[in-house]
Amino acid sequence: MTNLVEVRNLRIEATTDAGRVVEIIKGVSLDIADGEIVALIGESGSGKTTIALSLMGYARPGCRITGGEINVNGKNMAALSEKQRAKLRGTDIAYVPQSAAASFNPSSTIMEQVIEVTRIHGLMPPEQARQRAVELFRALSLPDPEGIGARYPHQVSGGQLQRLAAAMALIGDPKLMIFDEPTTALDVTTQIDVLKAFKSVMRAGGIAGVYVSHDLAVVAQIADRIVVLKGGEVQETGTTAAILSAAQHPYTRELLAAFEPKPRQAQADADAGAKPLLRIDNVTAGYGSVRADGLPLIRAVDSVSLIVEKGRNLGIIGESGCGKSTLARVIAGIHPAAAGDIIFDGKELERAAGKRSRDQLREMQIVFQYADTALNPAKPIEDIISRPLAFYHRLDRQARSKRVDELLDVVRLPRGLRYRHPSELSGGQKQRVNFARALAADPKLIICDEITSALDTVVAAAVIELLKELQRELGLSYIFISHDLSVVEAICDEIMVMYNGQRVEQITPDKLQAPTHPYSKLLFSSVPKLDPTWLDGLVRDPELVSQYGHR
Amino acid sequence: MARAGASRRSFLGHNYNLVGVVASLVILAWTLIAIFAPTIIPHSIGDIVDDDYFGPMRQGLWLGSDYLGRDMLSRVLMGARYTVGISLAAVCIACFSGVMLGMFAAVTGGWLDSCLSRFLDAMNSIPSKLFGLVVVAAVGSSIPALILTLAVIYIPGAYRFARALAVNINTMDFITVARVRGESTAYLIGSEILPNIMRPVLADFGLRFVFIVLLLSGLSFLGLGLQPPLADWGALVRENIGGLPFAAPAVIIPSLAIASLTISVNLLIDNLPRKIRDRDA
Repeated sequence: MTNLVEVRNLRIEATTDAGRVVEIIKGVSLDIADGEIVALIGESGSGKTTIALSLMGYARPGCRITGGEINVNGKNMAALSEKQRAKLRGTDIAYVPQSAAASFNPSSTIMEQVIEVTRIHGLMPPEQARQRAVELFRALSLPDPEGIGARYPHQVSGGQLQRLAAAMALIGDPKLMIFDEPTTALDVTTQIDVLKAFKSVMRAGGIAGVYVSHDLAVVAQIADRIVVLKGGEVQETGTTAAILSAAQHPYTRELLAAFEPKPRQAQADADAGAKPLLRIDNVTAGYGSVRADGLPLIRAVDSVSLIVEKGRNLGIIGESGCGKSTLARVIAGIHPAAAGDIIFDGKELERAAGKRSRDQLREMQIVFQYADTALNPAKPIEDIISRPLAFYHRLDRQARSKRVDELLDVVRLPRGLRYRHPSELSGGQKQRVNFARALAADPKLIICDEITSALDTVVAAAVIELLKELQRELGLSYIFISHDLSVVEAICDEIMVMYNGQRVEQITPDKLQAPTHPYSKLLFSSVPKLDPTWLDGLVRDPELVSQYGHR
Repeated sequence: MARAGASRRSFLGHNYNLVGVVASLVILAWTLIAIFAPTIIPHSIGDIVDDDYFGPMRQGLWLGSDYLGRDMLSRVLMGARYTVGISLAAVCIACFSGVMLGMFAAVTGGWLDSCLSRFLDAMNSIPSKLFGLVVVAAVGSSIPALILTLAVIYIPGAYRFARALAVNINTMDFITVARVRGESTAYLIGSEILPNIMRPVLADFGLRFVFIVLLLSGLSFLGLGLQPPLADWGALVRENIGGLPFAAPAVIIPSLAIASLTISVNLLIDNLPRKIRDRDA
């Protein structure tokens, strides 16, 4: 036994509710040496999390390990009894989940939960465990390492919670750590701190790791080797540098290509778009009780002005909580503004959607981030897309049916999907349906609120390409809200940076390399690059970080 | 899960299990009896056909006789009519009004929601048997009065249940999309929310039906329900309670009837067929 982990010909099956058996992992083999970090990368449904969990001998409900060996530290996890596995979990192998926020118990303090592993396995007395935890907090560069343990999970930020989850995993001195997309839910500025902290503890402790992700750039910073998965099979394995520079498999190339979207071609109708389609002036909106000056207590959007020209796209970028989604809701009239004017196509709009005319509503459509909640799960796709047709255009049944087919063609979905329900579609398909419904209204402006952030890199790139094509064909304008700079860069003519409810600056993609405002600088410098040395070489102005970063 | 795996079958794209099928057969049988009771009863419910009271089960009088020597089988079969009929009518009214009001309150929100909720909370705080007692004392006992009373008693529960479900659905993005599209409240309620809460609402319908059967039986047992010679199952238990020391079938049979119906409805709710989502199978 030379390697810490040796997986041989692993097979995992799942049983569907119709009793059909589906093989989700089809004979995967992989090795992890002591102290090595291996990344599992692939789109959703490729089996990367299933493999990572199987290293603990765990298969999710409805799944079971049907073949192969999973040797971890000389023990075959697949053959051990549940009791024997439980002994190894937390001590030999530890797990850091994707959403730390959902994995902490809100009703007990962080310290109690971090040292729980030592109590369960009887590793050390509680006092010693607390000291060890504080050391780990320090090693993970958490603020106030002595005091943070006394807090409750809701009292710390998402990035801190993710590091605390790592501390929880590290306290049992594991030989292998499993990271399941630990930074996917974080802002780029926070992601850097978390990645840096992970990398330094792993290196210091000589701990081997499995890092599950679909973000190649993040993986490039932390992994020694990359295993590319698709459809439950290993497509390609290689050192990080080899995969990034000389990918062999077509899927890996696709992944690499998707990461760097082609920059948008120069606008052909640049002069034609002189007329503004949407102008908003000094719009303020927020939440909480209204004060004497007529403005709400907490201002999520503070005196923001912007202009969208016909046939051109505006990107709005900023971290979570900067007010970009509220701004989208204000423009759409879902969350009426407290002050300011919205002028659309030459006419002033009412602040609340309920008071706008049907045509005004039709011409401005909004597409939400989560297609799962934006599509009614009880209705077939056909009904979802045809409702705007009946509502705005009063088409009869036959005309509607024809138009639904056309719209499905437009968003590149097979026509047969019209009879399915949203739960029977993949994430990318749902987002296309979501978009087709907006198109059904024949809008002039579509507000896209983070529409690609729930999607995989490859799928997101395809959706962006589709949006560009539709723009050329239909002459639409988009407001594109995202926290992902590369996405916005790919599609927008102008980019507005928001911070803390305010517009920080507006730039065009050509000038992207030299943003002038300090926050934009920080934001743009925090976007991971495919270069594996990027994170180590990154020097950030500590003053900037302390001013704008969320520690 | 092992048990479910053993007894699960599929039919017409749905998974169902044996318990649910048996329960629905029992319910179907009682429904048919309720519909056809007048044509299948061997004796008229008022006829005294036995020389003795609390007679045992024997040929001709399959379920024995009651405290006046009337045929118990006929009375139980006719009782099904009243118990199932009155309860069904009441539960339909209660659930329909409750669910509609609940969804309306959830979608509208604001002061309308508050007023409606507080008013129905107040209704909820009146003890149900006491309320029945007062109504019967005021307007007398008739079938329409009984139905309305039972319905009114169970509207607040149905309202709260539906409102709680609808409030959750109301925060989903597809409702926001529909609102921004300019849809009316009626469309939001009927087309966007109702289909998503249908399953739990149906389950609640069944549960509430059971509650109503039990309350109706309770009211009849207290003498506030149907008046003689008509009798639902609760009234049958009450009028034959004197047969308990003689181990007369007249007491146990209507009790078993109540139990079989309510338990079956409960079992059916717990074992409703599930749609198979795996299309490739």
